[in-house]
Amino acid sequence: MAGLSVKLDVRSYSGFKAVTFLCLIILYAPLLVVTIYSFNASNSIASWDGFSVHWYVDVFTGPESAKFKRAAWNSFAIALIAATVSTMIATLAATGMIRAGKFKLRTLSFGLISLPLMVPEIVTAVATLIFFNAIGFERGFATIIFAHIAFCIPFAYLPIAARMQGIDETVEQAALDLYATRQQVFTRILLPLMTPGIISGFLLAFIVSLDDFIITNFVKGAGVETLPTAIFGAVKQGIKPNIMAISTLLLSVSVVMVTISYFVSKTDKTT
Amino acid sequence: MEQRENAIDIRSAVKRYGSFTALKEISLSIRDNEFFTLLGPSGCGKTTLLRMIAGFEAVSEGSIYLFGEEIENLPPNRRPVNTVFQNYALFPHLNVLDNVAFGLEMKGRSKLEAREKAGLMLELVQLIDFSARRPSQLSGGQQQRVALARALAPQPKVLLLDEPLSALDLKLRKTMQLELKHLQRETGITFIFVTHDQEEALTMSDRIAVMSSGQLQQLGSPRDIYETPCNMFVADFIGDTNLLDVQVDAVKDGQAVCRLAGGHQLNCEQVEGVGPGAKVHVCLRPERTFISEKPTETENLQGRVVENIFIGTDITTLVELVEGPGFTVRTSNSDRGSQGIFEPGSDVFINLEPGAARLLMD
Repeated sequence: MAGLSVKLDVRSYSGFKAVTFLCLIILYAPLLVVTIYSFNASNSIASWDGFSVHWYVDVFTGPESAKFKRAAWNSFAIALIAATVSTMIATLAATGMIRAGKFKLRTLSFGLISLPLMVPEIVTAVATLIFFNAIGFERGFATIIFAHIAFCIPFAYLPIAARMQGIDETVEQAALDLYATRQQVFTRILLPLMTPGIISGFLLAFIVSLDDFIITNFVKGAGVETLPTAIFGAVKQGIKPNIMAISTLLLSVSVVMVTISYFVSKTDKTT
Repeated sequence: MEQRENAIDIRSAVKRYGSFTALKEISLSIRDNEFFTLLGPSGCGKTTLLRMIAGFEAVSEGSIYLFGEEIENLPPNRRPVNTVFQNYALFPHLNVLDNVAFGLEMKGRSKLEAREKAGLMLELVQLIDFSARRPSQLSGGQQQRVALARALAPQPKVLLLDEPLSALDLKLRKTMQLELKHLQRETGITFIFVTHDQEEALTMSDRIAVMSSGQLQQLGSPRDIYETPCNMFVADFIGDTNLLDVQVDAVKDGQAVCRLAGGHQLNCEQVEGVGPGAKVHVCLRPERTFISEKPTETENLQGRVVENIFIGTDITTLVELVEGPGFTVRTSNSDRGSQGIFEPGSDVFINLEPGAARLLMD
């Protein structure tokens, strides 16, 4: 038996190491290059001229700093609002979907919630743009927020629903049996148990909103920029090392979020 | 003397799921301060009935009274009954103490008072040293006791237990059975216990309601139910039983003369509604019969030993009757006396203890 289990181990397949390294390189080499070159002293992105934080200083104080600051604030504000609202909607949706028993059209409802994940983003972008035009909604900051809330819902929904699925229904019955009102069952039992899922959902929605380009670019009004659209605008005039510095900063935000998410799930002792 | 009020009165309770009737007009009363067991095979409706008392299942028809107060329309959180769930259903995010304190807090006690009382409950179930642990850090038996303490802490008028011991191993189950019985005596709270294990029911209960296919079959003390089962189902479900098909030949002086398929006759106490010609059954408990080489003055059956099975305290002997059917005789190893064991193949007589044969209708 022991011999068999060794053979079934994926590590024993020939080429396992090579494929693993190849995948890791493809995934992370570009990020690594961008991070390293963001500390380049040179004005050129091609040649290494020694270590410097010059470009980071440039991001905050340079000629383009005002533009990037405004874009960054927009991005964070939009991501915060969109993630908060979509997480609330997703939490309610997950509660409904998982606690409403086996209702008709349940599979369809689940499909409808998660379908946007499968739809090409450009289709959603065009559709959202046409929708805003059709109802005569002027494009600006608000249109970005509404669009982001909408497409963030499925991202927030998935981790929350997964978590919810793992919560034993009799636990709620036990609380009800012990004199808790329905509201207390939700706030005292369900919500604390769902919290790790809700935090994951929020962080995922936040990241997805923060780095969205296609939909934002379609629905944003003139003069309103988010970080991705501002970066794209800057890159069109040639890639300067300050773009790498901004990208690295964005990357660190993502890393921080993922780390928080990891520790939230790790400190959860309920499972 | 004034009659004590019943803890629970169930009056013509019916439960339907669509076109399926899970409970068919159940009426029964559970006395105050009683260890009451709902016993039956899975799917007999016992858990449904318990959940109707708890408030998790709506009553389709009929009513439920708790100490005279009609409760079937109250939500579970407004019924002063608590449940010990089969899977314990402890709150995974709260520690043991807060789990036990939860009910008291929801009843409006201060956090401090609730925790103090919860501590006393944990002392009662000997888990006070585990107060700060999470349920996931406890063994099955410990979780079971936490669930018990949590349900008892708010001092319910009735405690409902839904097969709480089924997940424990045999030895722990036996210990918990006694512990539960003692706890019931100590607290004086009415316990309603659901189980499919007849031995467990006999061990713990003051009274047992045997249920099958949504109907109440028999209600009585463990002894009543074991010794005088009212029908085939109860006789077969509780304990080991020999059931023989017979026809009543004649009835005289309260005795029915029953004839086995082979023509052999047996005298049994007559049961109301049984007259000559009726096709009925005779129920014989294995421990109320004996084996001997020669017939005795009491009733006898004739057969041949097939096998002896040693089960510790007793020996179970399987005998094939001359009439055909198999028959089980149980002999206690302590009072077998000088009598040896009859080897397989020996022709023997089965002596029936006077009054052991009991007539049953279908």
